[in-house]
Amino acid sequence: MLIMRHELLLVTITVILLLVEIFLPHDKKHKIILPAILLMGLVTIAGFIPGPTGILFGGMYGTSSLILLMKNILNIGVFIIFVQSVSWLKLEEQKEKISEFFILLLSTLIGMDYMISSGDFLMFYLGLELATIPLATLAAFERYKEKSAEAGVKLIFTSALSSGILLYGLSMIYGTTGTVYFPEVSAAYTAAPLQILAFIFFFAGMAFKISLVPFHLWAADVYEGAPINVTSYLSVISKGAAAFIFMIILYTVFNKIALMWRDVIYVIAILTMTLGNLFAMRQRNIKRFLAFSSIAQAGFILLGIIGQSQLGMTTVVYFVLIYIFSNLGAFGVAAIISNKTGKESIDDYDGFYRTNPLLSLTMMLALFSLAGIPPVAGFFGKFFLFASAAKQGMYILVFIAVLNTIISLYYYLLVIKAMFLNRSDQPIGYFKSDGYTKFGLAMCVAGIIIIGLASPVYEFILKLSYGLY
Amino acid sequence: MDILTSFIVIPFLTIAGLVFCKDHKQVKLTAAIGMGIQLILAAVLIILFLRERAAGNMAEMLFVKDLVWFPSLNIHYLIGVDGISVAMIGLTSIVIFAGIFASWEVVELPKEFFIFLILLSSGVFGFFISLDLFTLFLFYEIAVIPMYLLIGIWGTGPREYSAMKLTLMLMGGSALILVGLLGLYFNSNPSGGQLTFSLLAISKVHIPVEIQKFFFPFLFIGFGVLGALFPFHTWSPDGHASAPTAVSMLHAGVLMKLGGYGCFRVAVFLLPEAAHELGWIFIILTTISVIYGAFGAIWQKDLKYINAYSSVSHCGMVLFAILMFNKTAMTGAVLQMISHGIMTALFFALIGMIYGRTHTRYINEMGGLMKVMPFLGVAYVIGGLASLGLPGFSGFVAEMTIFVGAFQNVDAFHRVATIIAVSSIVVTAVYILRVVGILLLGKINNEHYEHLGDAKWYERLSTGVLIFGITAIGMAPLWLSEMINGGLGPIIQRLLMASPIH
Repeated sequence: MLIMRHELLLVTITVILLLVEIFLPHDKKHKIILPAILLMGLVTIAGFIPGPTGILFGGMYGTSSLILLMKNILNIGVFIIFVQSVSWLKLEEQKEKISEFFILLLSTLIGMDYMISSGDFLMFYLGLELATIPLATLAAFERYKEKSAEAGVKLIFTSALSSGILLYGLSMIYGTTGTVYFPEVSAAYTAAPLQILAFIFFFAGMAFKISLVPFHLWAADVYEGAPINVTSYLSVISKGAAAFIFMIILYTVFNKIALMWRDVIYVIAILTMTLGNLFAMRQRNIKRFLAFSSIAQAGFILLGIIGQSQLGMTTVVYFVLIYIFSNLGAFGVAAIISNKTGKESIDDYDGFYRTNPLLSLTMMLALFSLAGIPPVAGFFGKFFLFASAAKQGMYILVFIAVLNTIISLYYYLLVIKAMFLNRSDQPIGYFKSDGYTKFGLAMCVAGIIIIGLASPVYEFILKLSYGLY
Repeated sequence: MDILTSFIVIPFLTIAGLVFCKDHKQVKLTAAIGMGIQLILAAVLIILFLRERAAGNMAEMLFVKDLVWFPSLNIHYLIGVDGISVAMIGLTSIVIFAGIFASWEVVELPKEFFIFLILLSSGVFGFFISLDLFTLFLFYEIAVIPMYLLIGIWGTGPREYSAMKLTLMLMGGSALILVGLLGLYFNSNPSGGQLTFSLLAISKVHIPVEIQKFFFPFLFIGFGVLGALFPFHTWSPDGHASAPTAVSMLHAGVLMKLGGYGCFRVAVFLLPEAAHELGWIFIILTTISVIYGAFGAIWQKDLKYINAYSSVSHCGMVLFAILMFNKTAMTGAVLQMISHGIMTALFFALIGMIYGRTHTRYINEMGGLMKVMPFLGVAYVIGGLASLGLPGFSGFVAEMTIFVGAFQNVDAFHRVATIIAVSSIVVTAVYILRVVGILLLGKINNEHYEHLGDAKWYERLSTGVLIFGITAIGMAPLWLSEMINGGLGPIIQRLLMASPIH
């Protein structure tokens, strides 16, 4: 029981919220916000309490300290998103559906937790689907908006397609090895042609989920259409969880063909970083902008995966942790601006510093962290990722990646330029943020500053990590 | 707290103080007090350092402090100074102190201006005291990034373009440095065992020549971008011309020296064999820098562009001297860094002050300013004479040392390069004297200028500090060059070990 405590806790609060929702009168739906956030906060804290690890259901489900840590990281991210979405949920349009938002978000999180913990491909697939389907609902949350509805449909179609591809690959694995359990598959894997084909299908399916080039095309449209808080969830939590399980499966199941997938990832990483960056440069809508930037960031994550070592695994987890705080910081500011004024174009940010200095500074810190500028955390995340790739002697790849950070710096600076440098006749006026928003952004800023400078965080993750060999 | 750490802590305390300032006056006062303390501290450091050396403490680095930061990657907070870094710290604190007073009249968002300016200086101080390559790189980037906002918000002319160009080119340089540093790190222990970022530890290791040759260009060009190495210098004229006064001062005066310092402290010192084998490429490039910068300055009409190109020329001289691989030339390189740092800061300060009065920087539109503002005029002449290398000023000492050192290399290639570089002195004289003639002497060609006032007290303070620096080095260069000499010992030794010829 205790081994599955993360999932069980989440299920419990989901049920509690469902029950409360039933008994809440029609005009008092917003009363659920505070309990939901408090419960999620409790679960997040409870997740850090040390407890047993091990396997359940004959190996279908298993946890280790590292997996627990990954779940805790996701919990923190979801907690911040809960806090950040309050100002959006309180808008007139969402009033009826507040608890749905929390419940759907929690169910996708439960799916991701199961996915990360999976010990066989069946459980993995179940978790994946549980994580994906509610997300489509969430993307279409503002259903009266055409773009939101379109985003939902796009998301469900692309994920159905990618799931199909993934399943096809899994069926080949089962067909050739006669098992779906990770250790047994790994042992029976002989790199026969059909098995390699299976790997390719599996890879393509996962690449859809993480939105790696050339499987990224759905991301921008969905990110733009979905409500901004859902977009931040998609680009941070969903991507982070998929990257975790992708790495675990590559390390544990496909370890025999590591030399092969290393080359594949090498190429895909370069493509993802470069194309993501080049497209991001041209975007004027902040959501599309952050969408492409997050595609580029996924490319950087691959640099850690390619490291194949304990260092590589550590840096991936560490980078995702930092990425969650930085990206949520950026999305948080974009969300509050969008909620207060309805403006989502970077051109509208002209002169924002002069009216809202604190929000602008938060945005600047978050973007610098995404770009990897010291002394904020992103610098450390990127530096260590590069170090793990350089350890394998891939200096050229590192060089291309660093050049990409320069490109990314260019477009992050464009946003900063709009806020700080440009002057505007009609800047966005001063507005007061509510307590929830302030709290959410303060958490992000604290994370962005502390996680890098405080070395114990990194050392702690390192202790739990393992490599390929 | 040890004395070196306080060089980083004081700027941050000043920034914290600035955040709580209420009005314009408090902001200026806080910044001035903070940087004043920094200047006193630098003087104390120099005295302490000289006393330690006089007492016979010949350790490679003094005031060393070593704290583990990331144990698993062996990243340390490792600081320490030798004669060279002490001299650079002295330079930085003089320039930033003068810079604060030169920007006394910043009207727009003064609080933010001083915060970013001091943040930048903290990066520079951190860079000069770091002995760990990781923190060195971290501080390097901290020093570069505030430039974007400083130029972008408070600059003039095509400020957004210049700011973006400067930032991206310098970050491009740091991309090269990053790869080079990782290469050093993963080859820092060829026999296996704990890898290290420590400069001192790596300098004891022999890295295979093939690996050295792969990473040397990354490091030398990477730092060279900041040192305005041809053809990567193009950010410099635009950046300097658009930047506000204090930023130009700090940037040309100190930040460009980060490049030169990195080139020899990291690239040449840690990869000596590669430096010997690949040095010829960079000697050609730096010779072009020296000559090209000087000729570029002749054709410019904008005072800031003239000075920016002259900086390219002078900083090219620094890199040129480093590549001569002997003690005399390298001493000259460091002297030149310091001399040029103070001199160019003086120039940019004066240009800013003149611009503040005449509202133009085009030399053709001005004339006879000596009559209206004698203090600024004389200060400009002093700067100019120092720049063209008149004996008695710092420029003479530095350039003389460089060329004597360079001429010690007897082969034809080095001789030719030296002769070409020497000829830049003549060109320098041409553009300096031309500017002085047009700008200061002659008749006043615009009646509006007749009523302009001379320097105010804070401007006098700012220029006075810098002129004191120039003449102090020019009149009594020995204590400085001896201090530098001591620091160069290990570097020269390693270079000599690497090359069988010398």
